[in-house]
Amino acid sequence: MTELLTQFVNLLGAVLLMLAFAMTAQRRILSLIYLFTLQGATLVLSTAVVGYVTNQPHLYLSAAVTAVLKVVLIPYLLHRVIDRLGIRSEVETLINIPTTMLIGIGVVIFSFNLAKPIAQLSTTLAGGTLGIALACVLLSFLMMITRAKAVPQVIGFLAMENGLFFAATSATYGMPMVVELGIALDVLIGVLILGVFMFQIREQFDSLDIRNLEKLKED
Amino acid sequence: MTWTGFLSQFLEIVIAAALAPLLSGWVNQWRAWLQNRSAPSLLQPYRLLHKLFNKDAVLSNNASPLFRTAPYLVFSCMLLACAIIPTLSTDLPLAPAADAIALVGLFALARVFISLAAMDVGTAFGSMGARREMLIGFLAEPALLMVLFSASLISQSTSLATIVETLSQREFAIYPALALAGVAFTMVSLAENARVPVDNPATHLELTMIHEALILEYSGRHLALIEWAASLKLFAYSCIGLALFFPWGVARAQAPVEMLLALPVLMGKLALGGFLLALLETLNAKMRIFRVPEYLGTAFLLSVIGLLVHLLLSH
Repeated sequence: MTELLTQFVNLLGAVLLMLAFAMTAQRRILSLIYLFTLQGATLVLSTAVVGYVTNQPHLYLSAAVTAVLKVVLIPYLLHRVIDRLGIRSEVETLINIPTTMLIGIGVVIFSFNLAKPIAQLSTTLAGGTLGIALACVLLSFLMMITRAKAVPQVIGFLAMENGLFFAATSATYGMPMVVELGIALDVLIGVLILGVFMFQIREQFDSLDIRNLEKLKED
Repeated sequence: MTWTGFLSQFLEIVIAAALAPLLSGWVNQWRAWLQNRSAPSLLQPYRLLHKLFNKDAVLSNNASPLFRTAPYLVFSCMLLACAIIPTLSTDLPLAPAADAIALVGLFALARVFISLAAMDVGTAFGSMGARREMLIGFLAEPALLMVLFSASLISQSTSLATIVETLSQREFAIYPALALAGVAFTMVSLAENARVPVDNPATHLELTMIHEALILEYSGRHLALIEWAASLKLFAYSCIGLALFFPWGVARAQAPVEMLLALPVLMGKLALGGFLLALLETLNAKMRIFRVPEYLGTAFLLSVIGLLVHLLLSH
């Protein structure tokens, strides 16, 4: 049974990776938010399963916090932001999407290689998933780099945090509760502040293209 | 070669040829229902084949012998493909002759001939369809190969019969690699069978069609063979999917009696698969042809990630 549940956690890791890839390849901003919600839900499930297998009740709590924050609250805030900003159009990318995905596969190979020696040392339940978590983090990072508009960048930032959280649960059975709550609050506040930022950016430049921020430099 | 092996091989070919139009009819029926239309009869594909076989074939003056032989070649390629894939039993005398890689080669051979035949007469639509078909084919093939390799890595063999045997006999385990490969395989098989996100099988709208443009010049028995081959291809792809991802219920080599049970199991799995295919087709919209490389590129990358995940997690 434990064996099967471990494999299930591995499967959820693969799903997370697949969703991270789908997000880098996604053109529409609404689908991006749906994918992010789905990623949050996968994370909740994997945290709960790890908590059940290792018999650590505090993981249930962090799963619940994740569910409230990343499946309900933040997607709701994001929906509200794009509603009020009135953006539904396609996401603008700096590099075209096939190239981004090719770079993405390089990133995946890099992080799998990087994590392999560490995973061999680990004795935890799903130590092998460390590479997957690292790949998720780097893919979200890649997404932040290749997007021109502010909203997808914020989603990339949040997805990066998802990857980190998955790394924490699968590699070390979760961080201490204080740290976890702190990060959760940070993310929430971050989204709120970034939301305000987005309105400010648009007010200044009539566009959410963050390349405009370079105009603020003094020569 | 034992007589049971011979029997199962024979049965498998007969059942593939007989059931393939039924599967197409089933998918069409569900498509119609899901789209709120009144559905054609389940037996409509058989009626179509019957009608076409009784009609005269009209050939263009410019048609070369290649144009006339292509339907027979395509049909036999598809039938051979169905013979290699273990649908009822893993005890197949023909299976050692061709592994998964040769199977992909068989599909490619059929594709080359149908594209050549489409260009043979020299109509604009034929050449356009052939070019598009080759574009899709050369992108879909590597993805399909990668999917098959993911399954081969797990079972240490590229022979489909061995893959099915190892996957269905060993104790139940979840393979994340196969989940990724499954998504990639669904995407590839939609593209290869001229299904909705890539091509619409029901359309004769000139500028968007791919498969229909290829076979525009065919009539009579030639068209019947090609239509039959198209349903055989759908059948073959469904059976590859079942063999890789749901291998349970196929008769083992040492127990030929299990074939009695294998047939209803196969039909149940195909019925469910056909319904899901119709659902997928209804939920998706056809994409622009220039988005197809990106779509198939995603499928390829997903299957590569599947391989990588398997290598990462197998230690």
